[in-house]
Order: sequence, then C-alpha cells, then structure tokens
Amino acid sequence: MKEMLRRYGFSLSTVAVLLTAFWLLTLVILPYLHLFLESFRPYLIVKEIGGVKDVFTFENYLSIIRNPTWTPREVFGFQFSTPMTIHLWVFLLTIFFSCIATFVAVATCYPMAYFMAKILPPKSLAVYWMILIIPLWVSELMRAFAWFILLTFKGPLTVILIDVGLLSDGVRWTWYLWGYSGVVLALVYVYILFMLFPIYNSMTSLDMNQVEAARDLGSPSWRTHLRVVLPHCKPGIASGCVMVFMLSVGSLLVPGYLNSPSSQWFTEVIYARMFEQNDWNGGAAYAFLMVFACMIFVTLAMRVFRVGLADIAK
Amino acid sequence: MNPSPKKTIGAFLLNSYGVWFLIYMMLPLLVMVGAAFNNSPKLPSPLPWQGFTLRFFPDLFAIESLWGWNGGVMHTLIVAVFVVLLALPIGTSGAIMLNNLSGRSRAILYAVMIAPVLTPGIVIGIATLQFWYSFNVPAGLHLSALGQVSFIAAYVMLMVLARLQSFDPTLEEAALDLGATHGRVMWRILVPHLAPALITGAVLAFFQSVENFNTTQFTRGHSETLMVYFGSRGRSGVSPTICALAVILIGTTIIGEIIYEIWRRRREATREVLP
Repeated sequence: MKEMLRRYGFSLSTVAVLLTAFWLLTLVILPYLHLFLESFRPYLIVKEIGGVKDVFTFENYLSIIRNPTWTPREVFGFQFSTPMTIHLWVFLLTIFFSCIATFVAVATCYPMAYFMAKILPPKSLAVYWMILIIPLWVSELMRAFAWFILLTFKGPLTVILIDVGLLSDGVRWTWYLWGYSGVVLALVYVYILFMLFPIYNSMTSLDMNQVEAARDLGSPSWRTHLRVVLPHCKPGIASGCVMVFMLSVGSLLVPGYLNSPSSQWFTEVIYARMFEQNDWNGGAAYAFLMVFACMIFVTLAMRVFRVGLADIAK
Repeated sequence: MNPSPKKTIGAFLLNSYGVWFLIYMMLPLLVMVGAAFNNSPKLPSPLPWQGFTLRFFPDLFAIESLWGWNGGVMHTLIVAVFVVLLALPIGTSGAIMLNNLSGRSRAILYAVMIAPVLTPGIVIGIATLQFWYSFNVPAGLHLSALGQVSFIAAYVMLMVLARLQSFDPTLEEAALDLGATHGRVMWRILVPHLAPALITGAVLAFFQSVENFNTTQFTRGHSETLMVYFGSRGRSGVSPTICALAVILIGTTIIGEIIYEIWRRRREATREVLP
C-alpha cells in the first residue's frame, strides 16, 4: 500500500481504494451477506416482520425435503424409490445434466483446442477465430433460440430427415433423455466457447518439443496426450469446466426455450418461488443451494486438477 | 521432413474435425437467418420453405415497447452506457490495487473480486434486488446496472491486470523523479499504456451488458430491455421477428469484425514502416 501511495499520490490512491471498496462492499460482499442472512428468516407478511415469528430458521432450506412423495423416479436406468420432493429431484437433475453438458463440452473442445493451437497455420487460425466469435457476440438468447427452432416438432431438422428418407414422421427431439435432451444439446452449444477459450489458452503455451520428444521415444499419440498435453492443459480444462457448469446450472434461457413437458430446471423453481409465491426468503435459500453446488464443483475441480483459484478465473 | 503416414492421417482427421466444429457453430445461426426470410407467419423455421419475405424486419421495428424514448432498446443502451462508465474505473482501480499488493491480502482480494464471475447470474440478480430493497430502493433497471457492474468490473479488472504485467514501473519512477505530478504520471504514462485494455474492456463491458439476461430479469421490476423483451416471454413470445433481430446482430458482428481486422492490419503496416 505504501508503494501505491508513493507512486500515485494521496488523492489518486484514495479514489482507487474508494472505487474498489464501493465495488466489493456494496455490490458484492454486503448483498451476498444480506442474502445469506435473509435465507434464514421466515417468509412473513409485512405486519409480522420483526415480531415473535421473525426467528432464525433453517426452514427455507429444509423445505426442499419437506413433504416428500413416494413417486418412483428414474434416470439413466437408476431407480429412485426413496421419497423425494419435486424440488429436490429438479435440483439433483439440474446438477446431473449440467455435469453431462460440461463433460460433452470438454470432450469436444479438447481436440479442437489442440488442433487450433498446434496444427492450424496462423492464417487459417485468424479465420477460425473470426467465425467462432460470431455466435458469442450474437448473445446467449439467440444461441438458445436457434436450438429451439432447430428442434421444434416438425421443424427444420425433421423436414430434412424426412426428405432424405431417414424419418417418416415428426419427432419430439426434446423428449428424449428423460425429457432433457433439448436442454442438454442447447446447453452444450450455448456455453461451449467458454470451454474452448481457456483450453486453447493453456494449449498455446505448450512446448511442441515435448510432444516431439515423446513421439521420438516411441510413445503412441494417445499416451502423449494423456501424459504430456493433458497435464499441461489442466488449468484451462478446470477453468472451462467451472465456467460451463456454473453457466449451465444458472441458465434461464436454455430451459425456457427447450424444456419438455417432463423437465424443469432449478432456476425456474427459484424464479417461481421469488415472483409467483413472492417468497423472497425461500428464493434466497434456494439461490444459496445453487451457490453451494457451484462452490462444491469449484473445490472439486481445484482438487482433481490440482490448480489454484487464480488459474480457474482468468 | 518426411511426415509419417500415421501423422498425415491424424492431421487429416483433426482438420476435418475442425471444419465440422465450425459447421456445428454456424449451422444454428444459419437456421435462424433462413427463418428470418421464410414467409412462415407464426412458427419461425427455414423449412418447409414458403417463399422469400422481408416483412419480419418491419414487424420488428413495429414492436411499440421496443422502440422510442422509453422502449426496450433505449433502456438497453442507457444501462449499457452506465455499466461501461462504472465498470471501467472500478475495474481499473481494482487491478491497480491488486498490482500493489502481494501475498495473502492479494489472494483474498483477488478471490472476492472473482467471486461474481463464478456466481450464477440469477444469484447476483437476487442478491442485488434484496439488498437494495432492504433500503427501500425498488426494483428497476438501476439495480440491473449495479448487478451487472459487479461482475463486468471483474472482467475489466482481469484485462487491465493482464496489461499491467507488461508495464515498466521505472517509467513512472523516472517521471516522478523529473518532477511530474501524480496526476500527470497517471494520465501521460499509465493510461496510454493501458489504453488497449481499456478500449477492449469498454467494448466487452458494453456488449456483456446488452446481452445480459439472467441478472437483469431478476432486478428489472417492470422495465424491459431488448433481451428481456424476448427472453422473458419464453415460448409464448416466439415469433420470426426474433430471427430478424438475430440477422441484424449477426450482420453487426461481421461488420464489426471486418472493421477490427482492417484497423489491425493498418496498425501492423504502420508498425513495419516505423519500427
């Protein structure tokens, strides 16, 4: 801090400190803290706020397991006969399908990042970037909406497949995968660039001499990737996974356009609790459940890939 | 240099994979472009083709709640300008502060600054809404702007911080030793060095704000922005006019890219002349 005072003088340093303090206190720390405290207060009518009923409670969180039903549920062949509320089930499925979307994104982006960073000549690389950036600038809404059109019942995909002769009738593209096929397909497309950029970035600093050396010593290419390239890209992969998972779990637009009659996303549950039931405290608690899920994911990513927070957020 | 046959096959496979990846990224956008010009009145779709039309563009401009002084587009622009004006100085200050710290205090400050980037947008929206509501500040686009600043400032901070790595602090020392004031040092030495990061940061902040849906949706009250107008209606608001908007956005992006490319080549050319 002394260094900063000496370099920028008293008034400029004060301005910098005040601006940063405004950002971190009134836009980040205090709102989050306030939300956290609110999530432990009961949902009351205005008259009762501050009264005897206004006590510290876990009820907002526990409501996700209150009054469970015995409906047997199933996903990917796993039977769940334990009693469960619909909210808890939606929460678990949201996390589960976000993980699937994240995994698909890693698997597709890794070869692409390697190809772009190490094989593509610089001239074509510029063209590749120009094309890849277009969907990013066109906005999240448009990317999600494009998949809505693509997968509509008797939409373009069906029409083409019928013309080619592969289909004879309309297909409900979003009804597969326990009703989440449309959501997962669109999540992957909408957020895939947030996976590609960090993996590509970490790939560029890879010294190709290492790959050459491994090859000269007789390592098959799969082992070179497993032992040399992949370990080098760990920070990028961790960063991409965290971003795609967080964006998927918190997505509103994708499930909004691509839900099937049997699917729901946890963000929609939160939205309904906040604005349809007007239960802001309950909404706060559910929002924090989502944050906890993301925090656990970040911690896991840091452990599995052995990277620090600074590597993840770049 | 004799590439082994195995290597060529691998390169060929990767090349075709790259092309497929590009097709995968572009195809959904092309579907939207097709739908924008297909005379299919209700459901937007490029197929089955029912004839060429331009009517969805006038339709888009005829949506009353989007245009005009109190329309969604104006709201979007105002919010975006506010976000840029706030996020730029805040993010820069944050980066300068981080740059002057080290060890544990730096790590903690960094983690707090990064937290909004790793938080789902709807949580930022809910937190902002409830925090300001406790001071009797009602929901509205002013809260949307504040919510957006909380994470967009972090993007600016990251870009400025990266740029500061290549900054030579001895320049500042020299200027101070020669008697320049602190303000002058900042304005004449630091700001010019940071200029590229500040410009890209401002552009990024602007478009991040324009495209933001999640945070805005939870804080907006009854006001609407461009993205909220279409997004909040979900499937009940589906109409080919969205595709018309998509065509405009895609066109703007491509024009922006061409302008950027020309500017970049010119700059490189002048650099070659003046080393």
